[in-house]
Amino acid sequence: MKSGSNLEKVLEAGHFAVTAEIGPPKSGSARVIEAHGEEIGHAADAFNVTDHQTGVVRLCSLAACAILRRMGLDAVMQMLCRDANRIRLQGDILGAVALDIKNVLCLSGDHVKFGNHPEAKGVFDIDSVQLVRAVKDMRDERKFICGEEVAGEVPLFIGAVENPYADPFEFRTARLAKKVEAGADFIQTQAVYDVPKFRRWMEEVCEAGLDRKVHILAGIIPVKSVGMARYMKKYVSGVEVPDEMITRLEGAKDVKEEGIRMILEIIEQVMDIPGVHGIHVQAVGWEEIVPEIMERAGLLPRPVI
Amino acid sequence: MKSITQRKGIEEIEAMLGSARRVAIAGCGTCPFMAGTGGPKEVVELARTLEERSVERAWSTVLPVACEPLAPEAQKEFSSLLEGAEAVLVAACSLGVRMVADQVVLPVLPALNTLFIGREAEPGFFVEECAQCGDCVLGEYGGICPIVHCAKGLFNGPCGGSVGGKCEVDPNLPCGWQLIYDRMKALGRAEELARIRPYKDWSKSLSGGARRMRVPVPPPKEPEGK
Repeated sequence: MKSGSNLEKVLEAGHFAVTAEIGPPKSGSARVIEAHGEEIGHAADAFNVTDHQTGVVRLCSLAACAILRRMGLDAVMQMLCRDANRIRLQGDILGAVALDIKNVLCLSGDHVKFGNHPEAKGVFDIDSVQLVRAVKDMRDERKFICGEEVAGEVPLFIGAVENPYADPFEFRTARLAKKVEAGADFIQTQAVYDVPKFRRWMEEVCEAGLDRKVHILAGIIPVKSVGMARYMKKYVSGVEVPDEMITRLEGAKDVKEEGIRMILEIIEQVMDIPGVHGIHVQAVGWEEIVPEIMERAGLLPRPVI
Repeated sequence: MKSITQRKGIEEIEAMLGSARRVAIAGCGTCPFMAGTGGPKEVVELARTLEERSVERAWSTVLPVACEPLAPEAQKEFSSLLEGAEAVLVAACSLGVRMVADQVVLPVLPALNTLFIGREAEPGFFVEECAQCGDCVLGEYGGICPIVHCAKGLFNGPCGGSVGGKCEVDPNLPCGWQLIYDRMKALGRAEELARIRPYKDWSKSLSGGARRMRVPVPPPKEPEGK
């Protein structure tokens, strides 16, 4: 075991894993995090907490993950190259270890332009591939980026992200391979709506043999309303929402229920795609729906290892 | 090299001028002339605008190359031009502002913002090409700099926001990584992009105070006939 995290155990045991995202508040309220944990803690194997997602200041991932750990839940700390240089990032990795956080997810971070401080300077001292490598070297070589020794263990399960819908499409698998080579243990993807395109990408991934080196968790974002679907199609870069999905929601009497059914169909389809080892559910601002979706998808109860 | 500049808003210029009523304006005959920000036409226009709006008197000149020291004759001429001025507005890039500031004991203020070092990709269209990072990586990326052309300055490939060849930051902005990928593919070198690029050494860049460099200077020529 690299980290002994629940997520790692579930994946290594060959179960279909479920991670769920928790959005932190714009306050220092531990209670908000705890309430999410209480509500959906039984419905996934590990819980990502976003870190200033879309460039909006919120309670940081490190602290929120520590709160989840206190509750006995497995947490995935998200780290961004946008907001910190290599010194801060490596220090936060040690902080995560100190607080018994066992999974990290390494991202570049959305551009500050989309956030609530668009005038901020993006750091990008290192990029996400390099951050993955840095965590791996801290864990496996006990070395900081500078080469100095880390005076202790860094048992972390290392995650990265990939967007199968972004361009250049033919470079996406090569980029994933780079993250795997850098040291990623698991990958959480951008939201899957266009299943055929995702399947094509997964075929490439399997052809390259990457499915045997890394656990791929397909991104799932439940759609609550027609407006949300339209918004995602128009404004969320690299998310492809097929028109027929929007038409289907528009024609529905109970939009929420139709949205859930649609998501369940997507989950069912991705579960059948070779190489997919789990799903990552990002119910942005709608965390409470996760148990119902998991129940109806036949993914509850979660395995206890 | 071209220093690409843009004129500051008139309100900002007036705020910098403060109580100065008599203002000399110095343009520059090289890059700002080409960018239409500090040539003869622009400095005259700026003087007129200021006189119409706020100052008592504004007059102007255009230095041939504002970032180079003035020859002794030109220096004299420039000094006499500044007589009676309470402030000097320099319509040149930051180098020009600094050069003028070194030569006069008056408030020297920038009329322009220095945007970037760029090239004129097509007539009248300037594109940034260099972040002056001190450790050129163009050789690895088919001549396209990822620090400048990627909005996040990523070294190992495009982020998830590259769609249809455009950057998520601005639908009119080409994705730098699409440019790099296309170029490397055309060169038959796309596979090189699969290599993990190691951490960048930023110590050669903007983090150690003003960078300085000395080069050997040839001694002045002996006067002929001796």
